[in-house]
Amino acid sequence: MPQLNARGLTLQYQDRAIVQNLHLTLPEGRITMIVGANACGKSTLLRGLSRLLKPANGVVSLDGKDIHARPARELARELGLLPQHPLAPDAITVRELVGRGRYPHQGFFRGADADDDAAVQRALDVTGTAELAERPVSELSGGQRQRVWIAMALAQETDVLLLDEPTTYLDLAHQVEVLDVVTELNQRRGTTVAIVLHDLNLAARYAHHVVAMKAGRIVAQGPSREVFTPELVSEVFGLSSQVLVDPVSGTPLIVPIGRHHSLNPQEVPA
Amino acid sequence: MRIRPLTLTLAALVPLLVFASVLLGSYVVTVPDLITIVSRHLNGERGIPGASFIVLDTKIPRAVLAAFAGAAFGLSGGTFQTLLRNPLASPDVIGVSSGASAGAVAAIVLFGARGITASLSALVGALLVALLIHSLSRGEGSAGLRLILAGIGVGAALQAVVQFLMSRTDIRTASDVLLWVSGSLNPASGDRITVLFVAMLALVPALALLARPLRVLELGDDAAAGLGVNVSRVRLGLLVVAVALAAFGTAAAGPLAFVAFLALPLARQLDPRAGLLAAALSGAVVVLVADFVGANVAPLLLGGSVLPVGIVTGALGAPFLLWLLVSPAGRTRRKVA
Repeated sequence: MPQLNARGLTLQYQDRAIVQNLHLTLPEGRITMIVGANACGKSTLLRGLSRLLKPANGVVSLDGKDIHARPARELARELGLLPQHPLAPDAITVRELVGRGRYPHQGFFRGADADDDAAVQRALDVTGTAELAERPVSELSGGQRQRVWIAMALAQETDVLLLDEPTTYLDLAHQVEVLDVVTELNQRRGTTVAIVLHDLNLAARYAHHVVAMKAGRIVAQGPSREVFTPELVSEVFGLSSQVLVDPVSGTPLIVPIGRHHSLNPQEVPA
Repeated sequence: MRIRPLTLTLAALVPLLVFASVLLGSYVVTVPDLITIVSRHLNGERGIPGASFIVLDTKIPRAVLAAFAGAAFGLSGGTFQTLLRNPLASPDVIGVSSGASAGAVAAIVLFGARGITASLSALVGALLVALLIHSLSRGEGSAGLRLILAGIGVGAALQAVVQFLMSRTDIRTASDVLLWVSGSLNPASGDRITVLFVAMLALVPALALLARPLRVLELGDDAAAGLGVNVSRVRLGLLVVAVALAAFGTAAAGPLAFVAFLALPLARQLDPRAGLLAAALSGAVVVLVADFVGANVAPLLLGGSVLPVGIVTGALGAPFLLWLLVSPAGRTRRKVA
């Protein structure tokens, strides 16, 4: 399994630095959840870890080789990224859309071959979208559509997969569903996965490794049990909380404390 | 990839329409006559007086030019619309065709250019406009929308330039350049076809190579980059090819209003998954039909006056543009812009 690694990474738009001098190694064959407040640079980090954003400083390497020194298609066979808002072309069917995930594996002149068809079918099966295969994507519900996009990313068959908020706009059942699919992929194929996620409790439950970011820097990282403490939640999100044990999974359960509805008035933040 | 039924139908329709416009019209040619004329011409024998000239020097070149120019515009428009994810982004709407006609008109009026020189001036004009609107549209927000708005403004300014140049020149030159103002297939001289044909011989294979990454670019820039598409390089290549197709089409037949704009959406009305090949063929069909209507149907309605093809396509295109703006189908399609 190739290792994705950032050393001294600084990412900026125009001359505004979003991520500064950041060091990160994604644990191989594990699921890493990247959490942090809005605008803390987590999506930018994901763009920098793929080839979407060229570092102003520092190096991102896959298996020791600078990702910007490699041909884009070759890299895309090893490193996949599902952005936050991909667009589905008009009238495209599920199978066709998932098939576009095979682009880096196809030659300039060669169309889809049996390998590609098999990879698409595997991706459809894993994500439970096989029965939707011939339907137009535009007819699907939000949850189905997100599974189809994940299927497209899976069809790319990379060893490292980066997902930018794959559960946004999904209801809770579909959020769990998507994360289950990713977990199964990780278990079966040993894919290294990094996910930017807003929901802390789901992040805590599904992560092997948590990276907490604030203002473009990593504040804490490690197993969710070590990272998610009331102190860290307060530091990263500016939010008082209690951290309990999730009765289902045994992972941390972050319960926020606002100005209202607290049974214990001493807890209420000023 | 399988070829879709619509593409096959259009591919059969284009040669049929070419034949129809050669055979029918104000001067009707019978099939045996056509065979005689063409076979005698190929064998270097003496033709049928009058008829040979009309068929070989007027009717065939005109029909062939209609098909090629229509295909060039259809490909250009379809590429722009797919790349910028907006049906309004066709070269005739965003001023690229106006740039081509301004380039050609300026070269003819100011330097007395002819033939290939006028074509190359059209190309330079179109590329300059593309460069200009590209730089005007930089900045934050929806790049596609800014490009379209900048293009509409630049296009309007260039129309004024063309009008100005026409008003400053003598009447003979002005009637020569009228072609580049409204678009016409008459006279369809051999070298107009040759220049366009040679250009397409280079541009169509280039576009075919870029069509696969274009299909991935449809998923959005970030998704395409994640799939290993070199987004900026592919986009630049597609823009240059699409601008060149519009420019050479304009140089050969004038800025045929709305053909580039209509071709792909029209094909998509019949098959929502129609691609660039269908757009090329539907562009050819639109121009062939519009030319036939302008030359043969319009005189019946207008007491004998013939309409240039560009005016007919304009008359077809304007209502379609309005329909696209108000119809629910058009609305959902514009949403992605």
